[in-house]
Amino acid sequence: MNYRLSHLDELESESIYILREAFAQFQNPCILFSGGKDSIVVSYLAAKAFYPAKIPFPLVHIDTGHNFQETLDYRDSLVEKFGASLIVGSVQQTIDEGKVVEEKGHNASRNRAQTTTLLDTIEQYKFDAAIGGARRDEEKARAKERFFSHRDEFGQWDPKNQRPELWNIFNGKKQMGEHFRIFPISNWTEMDIWMYIKEKNIPLPSLYFSHKRECIRRDDSILAYSSYLNLKEGEKPEEMVVRFRTIGDLTITGAVESDADTLELIINEVATARQTERGTRSDDLRSESSMEDRKKEGYF
Amino acid sequence: MNATKSDLLRFTTAGSVDDGKSTLIGRLLYDSKSVFEDQISSIKKTSERKGLEHIDLSLLTDGLKDEREQGITIDVAYRYFSTPKRKFIIADTPGHIQYTRNMVTGASTANLALILIDARKGVIEQTRRHSFIASLLQIPHVLVCVNKMDLVDYDEKVYESIVEDYRDFASKLDIQDFHFIPISALLGDNVVNKSENMSWYGGATLLYTLETIQVANDYNHLDTRFPIQTVIRPHNSEYHDFRGYAGRLVSGIIRQNDDIMVLPSGLTSKVKALHTPNEQNVNEVFAPQSIVVELADDIDISRGDMIIKENNQPLALQEFDAMICWLDNKPMNLGAKYTIRHTTKEAKSIIKEIVYKIEISTLQRLENETNLQMNDIARIKLKTTSQIMHDSYRKNRFTGSFVLVEEVSNNTVAAGMII
Repeated sequence: MNYRLSHLDELESESIYILREAFAQFQNPCILFSGGKDSIVVSYLAAKAFYPAKIPFPLVHIDTGHNFQETLDYRDSLVEKFGASLIVGSVQQTIDEGKVVEEKGHNASRNRAQTTTLLDTIEQYKFDAAIGGARRDEEKARAKERFFSHRDEFGQWDPKNQRPELWNIFNGKKQMGEHFRIFPISNWTEMDIWMYIKEKNIPLPSLYFSHKRECIRRDDSILAYSSYLNLKEGEKPEEMVVRFRTIGDLTITGAVESDADTLELIINEVATARQTERGTRSDDLRSESSMEDRKKEGYF
Repeated sequence: MNATKSDLLRFTTAGSVDDGKSTLIGRLLYDSKSVFEDQISSIKKTSERKGLEHIDLSLLTDGLKDEREQGITIDVAYRYFSTPKRKFIIADTPGHIQYTRNMVTGASTANLALILIDARKGVIEQTRRHSFIASLLQIPHVLVCVNKMDLVDYDEKVYESIVEDYRDFASKLDIQDFHFIPISALLGDNVVNKSENMSWYGGATLLYTLETIQVANDYNHLDTRFPIQTVIRPHNSEYHDFRGYAGRLVSGIIRQNDDIMVLPSGLTSKVKALHTPNEQNVNEVFAPQSIVVELADDIDISRGDMIIKENNQPLALQEFDAMICWLDNKPMNLGAKYTIRHTTKEAKSIIKEIVYKIEISTLQRLENETNLQMNDIARIKLKTTSQIMHDSYRKNRFTGSFVLVEEVSNNTVAAGMII
């Protein structure tokens, strides 16, 4: 008998261990669900970790109001499939309440405003742990992130003063009002996610597969055309064959031209890609440390 | 590429600014096509702004703003690359004296330590420090790369004398498996491709060694240790009586119908059913799978308990000796209470005594010490409020390790290995 796990099985086992630690160490955790492939994989892992019981955490979606309809449809079907509960935090409501001011201009996005809505939602529901699908290979500030990431009472991350994490021992102790961000798939790469989705037959929103869509080209990016996008002079929508490598808010998620309409083709494309998946995310391109700066404020 | 059948190797690297560690990691990432164009163009821009003539590959591993500005690594950074044979996770840790704690953190999850020696300098204090930590943390494999061979004219004698020096020093340590490779990270000799400049070297390249070194046996499959994380009770009509003990099997094997014992209660039962994340009712499970166990009898079991086999039991003690590395800015307080976290169990503890402190560079034991500062390594006597069910760290990394948490700040202040 060969007692060996494949690397995907070992990553799965590690992630399930982390999810069970989150459940055991905290009173009121939630899963941050964006509708992207990473948070979808986290939700499937949570379903496995507690089977035959239901996922013991609500899914929290921070809705920018600028979402792809496909994302919302997928979210609702997933919640129904797992019998999970859904909590929606509305960025529109945060703006209406005057807590943040909507950005203006061509590159306006609600990306930064999400942080306020997220922190408000965490406070309103008294969540003491928010489980997210961030991966260390995504971005250089995320490479330094812990599995159990401590946040102070203002929801802020202090990257230079993080708790050491050794072996498989996780320290979720905290003061009243503080919370944790928990990242069960920290050690997965983009390729691991795709291979896992294929191996386990996990359905995905149609946005990830090649399709025809009205888009505009801006600088080096291709953006989906929608009424939320402020067009520059000379820009006009054209029909293109595209797919998305990451899914976020409509106004910031860049598409790639692609014919990949099956998981096999997507995996081939990922294997030969010369750009990181977040390379088309205008939220990351604002400056070299834009992710670190947003994370310090409480972004995920 | 059928990468799903490949396995995982976690390795740690440590080094100072100029021994070529970043260049080596950069080369491994670059040659395995794990660096993307937008990452290259981003660090190219930064390199130009800093007035450098070449692309500074260390920018790939320095993630935080302060690190990039000061050109130093502050924290452990995790890097990923894969080849058709294996997936690799690198815990890249800074090598300065004051960062012993980061090296210990990176080493705690590694199967292999990659130690770099500058061929012009030979075995220096830092080499000894890294090797001692690899030995203390019981990393199963150590790979010593003698780097910058190009700067010593690829001289076999230089390499051989360094290897001999290192063996000499390492004989005082507890490392089971060594490999030595002469390389030039800058020029690529023996990194991915065999060097034409060192035909006298008959061994494998670095990447080949990383891809083929046996790691499957690094898990202990002899001693069954199953610490309970949580109990799954669905509370619905279909699974009305279901009571599943969930956790990660940290060592050993469990089969259906096995007789088991629960610690600390000592109650015994039989395994009724075993489940893995992908299959219900399997015949056998093995470490490091995350599993659910159902037992034949309804006995009281909760988080922190451990399922084992009666004829192979861990020690259950309230007082034991351990090696610890102090991790916190605030010095250790002899006689103060710390929370101990060990497997899934938590208890209070007091450090009763410092038996000796180790001067890492000379391996000297300093007695009559009463104080531990950040980065100090010492043997201590610990007393706990309840029994800690453990094995020696040397025998079992998961039941032999613990951390101490300070009660006011909640910080993780020490990493411990039970002797």
